[in-house]
Amino acid sequence: MTTTVAKTHGGETDAPYTLSHLDALESEAVHIFREVAGEFERPVILFSGGKDSIVMLHLALKAFAPAAIPFTLLHVDTGHNFPEVLEYRDRAVERHGLRLHVASVQDYIDRGVLKERPDGVRNPLQTLPLTEKIQAEKFDAVFGGGRRDEEKARAKERVFSLRDEFSQWDPRRQRPELWNLYNGRHAPGEHVRVFPLSNWTELDVWQYIAREGIELPDIYFAHEREVFQRAGMWLTAGEWGGPKSDETTQKRQVRYRTVGDMSCTGAVDSDAVTLDDVITEIAASRLTERGATRADDKLSEAAMEDRKREGYF
Amino acid sequence: MTTTTELTELSETTLLRFATAGSVDDGKSTLVGRLLHDSKSILSDQLEAVERASASRGQDTPDLALLTDGLRAEREQGITIDVAYRYFATPKRRFILADTPGHVQYTRNMVTGASTAELTVILIDARNGVVEQTRRHAALAALLRVPHVVLAVNKMDLVDYQESVFAAIAEEFTAYALELGVPEITAIPISALAGDNVVDPSANMDWYGGPTFLEHLETVPVTHDLSHCHARLPVQYVIRPQTAEHPDYRGYAGQIAAGSFRVGESVTVLPSGHASRIAGIDLLGVAVDIAYTTQSVTVLLEDDIDISRGDLIVPSKDAPPTTQDVEATVCHVADAPLTVGHRVLLKHGTRTVKAIVKDIPSRLTLDDLSLHPHPGQLVANDIGRVKIRTAEPLPVDSYADSRRTGSFILIDPNDGTTLTAGMVGESFASPEPVKDEAEDDGWDF
Repeated sequence: MTTTVAKTHGGETDAPYTLSHLDALESEAVHIFREVAGEFERPVILFSGGKDSIVMLHLALKAFAPAAIPFTLLHVDTGHNFPEVLEYRDRAVERHGLRLHVASVQDYIDRGVLKERPDGVRNPLQTLPLTEKIQAEKFDAVFGGGRRDEEKARAKERVFSLRDEFSQWDPRRQRPELWNLYNGRHAPGEHVRVFPLSNWTELDVWQYIAREGIELPDIYFAHEREVFQRAGMWLTAGEWGGPKSDETTQKRQVRYRTVGDMSCTGAVDSDAVTLDDVITEIAASRLTERGATRADDKLSEAAMEDRKREGYF
Repeated sequence: MTTTTELTELSETTLLRFATAGSVDDGKSTLVGRLLHDSKSILSDQLEAVERASASRGQDTPDLALLTDGLRAEREQGITIDVAYRYFATPKRRFILADTPGHVQYTRNMVTGASTAELTVILIDARNGVVEQTRRHAALAALLRVPHVVLAVNKMDLVDYQESVFAAIAEEFTAYALELGVPEITAIPISALAGDNVVDPSANMDWYGGPTFLEHLETVPVTHDLSHCHARLPVQYVIRPQTAEHPDYRGYAGQIAAGSFRVGESVTVLPSGHASRIAGIDLLGVAVDIAYTTQSVTVLLEDDIDISRGDLIVPSKDAPPTTQDVEATVCHVADAPLTVGHRVLLKHGTRTVKAIVKDIPSRLTLDDLSLHPHPGQLVANDIGRVKIRTAEPLPVDSYADSRRTGSFILIDPNDGTTLTAGMVGESFASPEPVKDEAEDDGWDF
């Protein structure tokens, strides 16, 4: 082995240097996108029009510029989406000349394959349309915007997470992840879920959006909205079955911290109208993103783990 | 109210990745819980969830371990099964903590956590001092070449906060770790339970003049000294838009594994040996003159030469040797054993090649660093020396020179299991060889 160390660089580069945390996270995510492009046949990006998937798309575009991204998009449409978000989704697809696959929960309900829950919450119903779409299209790598800081079961998730032919996650049989040597090997029928934002926090995502000047759907910023209260959250009235007769709507200034199915994604009271306002608000918040606005995670202590085991993202 | 200046500072902090190592009763969960709690990184809904869950289990006080035990089975059994990653921040820095379990399969878990860490925390119970487990942790930190090691001497409240107890432990540990070649050791007396010197300075230990645990994490350097790095760029992907706008663009995309590259530099592509010069560096859409370690870049060359995923771009004057015979220290991480004659895949950088395990000359006992010659196989959590023959020549560095281009994993070609973590070359960065019983075997432990 070579042991002599050659001073190969000019004086100005000898000083120690370091990347800012956002640059380090960005570089790591780009590395992950390129690994997948290099090793898989049919990768797809789960794209909901929410901030995490928007950041994923932005990173993918940067990773392969000036070429187009070598991935298609997949949206699991719950049928209860915010119209602003669907509009954003379609615009993004159009602008970047991408191909969009849609897996529709409503189709499954209409065909009688899935049954509407009494509470109208459709998040848990997404798993079957998602996993059947993955099988039907033979996707072998599926990018998700999941972050380990979101939830304690997600803190256990790998960057490359192998799923069996039923899309199941078995947390006890995960591959150790060493250095940045991701192992994407999988058998036919299996696929790998890939999480380029694993190491990002909610604040990192917002700071990156601000730094890069990324456009978001308006519902992330404070606006007047007709809402009603259920289980401590402000929900938007809609065809999904709210409000009930004992729930009354009122006009409030709110914004959304996450974007999901309307039936279980709550808004928070907010005056934050700019990105700086949002960052300030989040930095001071004493509630996690999911704790504040996701009803489906309050169902049980292991709600996320149980959904993930079944194939949820 | 946060000002714009503070927001700017917030976005310009650095990132420190660190890992914990501790055995069952050292108080690792308490330390992690204390760190998160006292740095105000636990949000109220998380705390409420823990309080609710603790109460439903009939516990009077919130069990902070429930914060970190993310899986149903972990909570049910009260043990940590797998590495979890946690995130917190102070105004000075952001942190990624690889929280590795002390119980089960600790070697492979610690190797996993330490492989990406710039700092490892080794916890000791002040009442017990340096024990076998401590020596194992120090040996692993040395083996993985984690740049900074913190010795957290915990439970100081149980030894009346005596300076002499701390000093004796710190001295014994430092002597041992230095002998292994651990480059930097910082010993801190703490009580994770009482909160002494974790986030806030302790009033009970006036004699200690050093930083608190968190202060140290906030200030330890995460910079890289370029003068000691061989520049390396593993090619991940070739970018060829083939559009009207970019008809001839051909860029080699990758994350710089070590050192820096600059425009105009003469480079060689390995393993082919083709030479060219860097015509341009594209840093995610911005043209730059120079790019550094861990930046993801796209490099353009002056000549149209044959390069594909798996190749390594290096400065022509500083190229590593290529070889088909790799000697390495490995940690076996799979349940099925690794045996001589095993046909495997070896992933090094962006290249995956067929390989065969030619020999397993020795297995290392971490407790006393003794060698067991020709063990025949390595089982889960074993560390040993391995000789591997690869189907194609690989440009490998010594792990001592480059953690990224000196490391590899072995993969089972049948089911894709990650079998083994490998580190090329000498094992320990010891200034003098550590004494062992098998010196005549020629091993360098």
